[in-house]
Amino acid sequence: MKRSNKLQILFMAILLSHFCEAQQSPGGELHGNTQTDIQYYRNDSLIGAPVVPEKFRMNHFTNLIFEKGNFTAGIRYEAYYNALLGFDQRYNGNGIPFRFARYRNEQFEFTAGNFYEQFGSGLILRAYEERGLGYDNCFDGALVKFIGIKGLEIKGLVGKQRVFFEKGAGIVRGFDGELNLNTLMPSRKDKINNLVLGGSFVSKYQLDQNSTFRLPENVGAFAGRARANFKNISVSGEYVYKVNDPSTVNKYIYKPGEALLLNVAYTVKGFGFNLGMKRIDNMNFRSDRDAQLNNLLINFLPALTRQHTYNLAATLYPYATQPNGETGLQADVITTFQKGSLLGGQYGTTLLINYSNAYGIVADKITGSDSLEGYRSHYFKIPRDIYFQDLNIEINKKLTKKLKMVLMYANFVFNGSVITGVTLRSEMVHAHVGVADLTYKFNSKHALRTEFQVLFTEQDRGNWAAILAEYTISPKWFFAFLNQYNFGNEDPKKRLHYPMLNIGYTHEATRVSLGYGRQRAGIFCVGGVCRQVPASNGLSISVTTSF
Amino acid sequence: MAQMTKSIPGVEIKNLDGKTINTAAFENEGKPMVIDFWATWCSPCKAELNAIAENYADWQKETGVKIIAVSIDDARNMEKVKPYVQGKNWEYEVYLDPNGDFKRAMNVNNVPHLFVINGKREIVYQQNSAAPGDDEKLYEIVKKVAAGEALK
Repeated sequence: MKRSNKLQILFMAILLSHFCEAQQSPGGELHGNTQTDIQYYRNDSLIGAPVVPEKFRMNHFTNLIFEKGNFTAGIRYEAYYNALLGFDQRYNGNGIPFRFARYRNEQFEFTAGNFYEQFGSGLILRAYEERGLGYDNCFDGALVKFIGIKGLEIKGLVGKQRVFFEKGAGIVRGFDGELNLNTLMPSRKDKINNLVLGGSFVSKYQLDQNSTFRLPENVGAFAGRARANFKNISVSGEYVYKVNDPSTVNKYIYKPGEALLLNVAYTVKGFGFNLGMKRIDNMNFRSDRDAQLNNLLINFLPALTRQHTYNLAATLYPYATQPNGETGLQADVITTFQKGSLLGGQYGTTLLINYSNAYGIVADKITGSDSLEGYRSHYFKIPRDIYFQDLNIEINKKLTKKLKMVLMYANFVFNGSVITGVTLRSEMVHAHVGVADLTYKFNSKHALRTEFQVLFTEQDRGNWAAILAEYTISPKWFFAFLNQYNFGNEDPKKRLHYPMLNIGYTHEATRVSLGYGRQRAGIFCVGGVCRQVPASNGLSISVTTSF
Repeated sequence: MAQMTKSIPGVEIKNLDGKTINTAAFENEGKPMVIDFWATWCSPCKAELNAIAENYADWQKETGVKIIAVSIDDARNMEKVKPYVQGKNWEYEVYLDPNGDFKRAMNVNNVPHLFVINGKREIVYQQNSAAPGDDEKLYEIVKKVAAGEALK
């Protein structure tokens, strides 16, 4: 702790001295951003809001980046007094969990300190930050990139990962290479207009202090990937293999892990089609074998399902990747009917169709002397345990010069006990969601947007309705009122309203927003990572700025 | 505090064919550029880019502006970006920043966030929201920047 404090002070000193210089000399640049989220909590036992003894909590982030010529350095200060409801309370406190120095020339880039990085699609390694989720698995160590030859990229890194204001137990080592054959050999005259090949190796080291098992201290993983474009078709895929990696999440089995991601897209002007497939088998990969939840993840397993934006569809039954095993596919079609055509009308119409599903993998439990392997899985057997399914259709249409409309229907199948780990009142939820979204533009400054949403289900908490009215005055103001109503709850006492008033003000890169009302408990997801947000009632203020 | 000049940092991102591009190479022959951070899951971002798309040909003819739309979609949605862009007939330059490297270097907190860049490749305006009508306001700024006029 002491050593890292000294380092932080040193970084600050370097930054500040450069800051003073930058004010005088035009050669250096200092820029950054800040975000402050505060919330005042009121008691509301009716909606199940936890009692917050502090009444008032805050999350704060400030980034500073200094650049001069080939040199970049930066720090991030974070403070949680105390962490907002729904965030892990182990964040409570403050510190500088992110500081780095980087030097770059035409051939190499060197980073010392903290950094984010992704190999390929992230299936083998991805360090990133998602503040809204309290997710940050950045590395602290060293990263070197070779960028000297166009069409070739080589990266190597060693580091430990962040967990709250500490570092995880394991050390991660990674190498990645990517070749773009068309850039490397511009004379190649075949029909594939872009061929990219890549490969990675990632290994973690963690001491074995377990008295019962002999655990592998070094765990290696290999990945290969390719992308090719042929006329209007693009094909890409990545495969990862990981050696035995017993952990708390996989219940200490010694089976190797695998993950496969495939994608095919066909696109022409006015039409796009995309088909994605994945299979994940025992692919939980963390730099501490005992870490859980969203802590110390080395890799990123994306959920191949639509990321909904309308409130009821987005936060009641969203899917989260099951790292121990799942198979799934997703198809997307988007087409725009041109203006003047029968379906296009005067301004054109866009139609989007999306289908996705996720199932468990077919596996046989192993007993006897090989039982440490846990199970044997089958690639080509059709799985039956459904985890999730979503079929949705959306129409975007401009009706008149002033009126725009979006209509959406979604049909969900949601396996609550698998996805949330919590047994809902019914294990399998079948839900229908309908949304009508209308925007009326009075003039170049004033507009009113309204949303009417319904969700019908016979399971869980029953039917919901939501209504939103959002009035905007471009480019500075917005005023919104949202009410969600659980009118179909079996228990008449729980047929509650969740009204929420929001006001926002934006001045260039500064945004201030205020919210007052009831927040429904839900699942908040970004990418494949989700966070359970408990119900709350009160006033929230958020201020962000970039400079 | 005096406003410090801010330029475009150099970070590796990908184009829609998977080719690596350095952002320091963003160029528009002395004419304005707009760098707009968006995502397939961000409705206001898409609404604004779709509104601009209706008039983009006129904007280009009158000011020579180039719009660079940087998607911050990660592995979950990144393969949907090209079908969306083509399906919507966008004529923008579109790039992928799946791990947020460019987003962080540009100090973007959240999307939508757009930057207006003048002919000297300096950031002269930023907007961190998108409401109906913002596209018209943006065009007023682009016209001023193209004509070399001061914004304030």
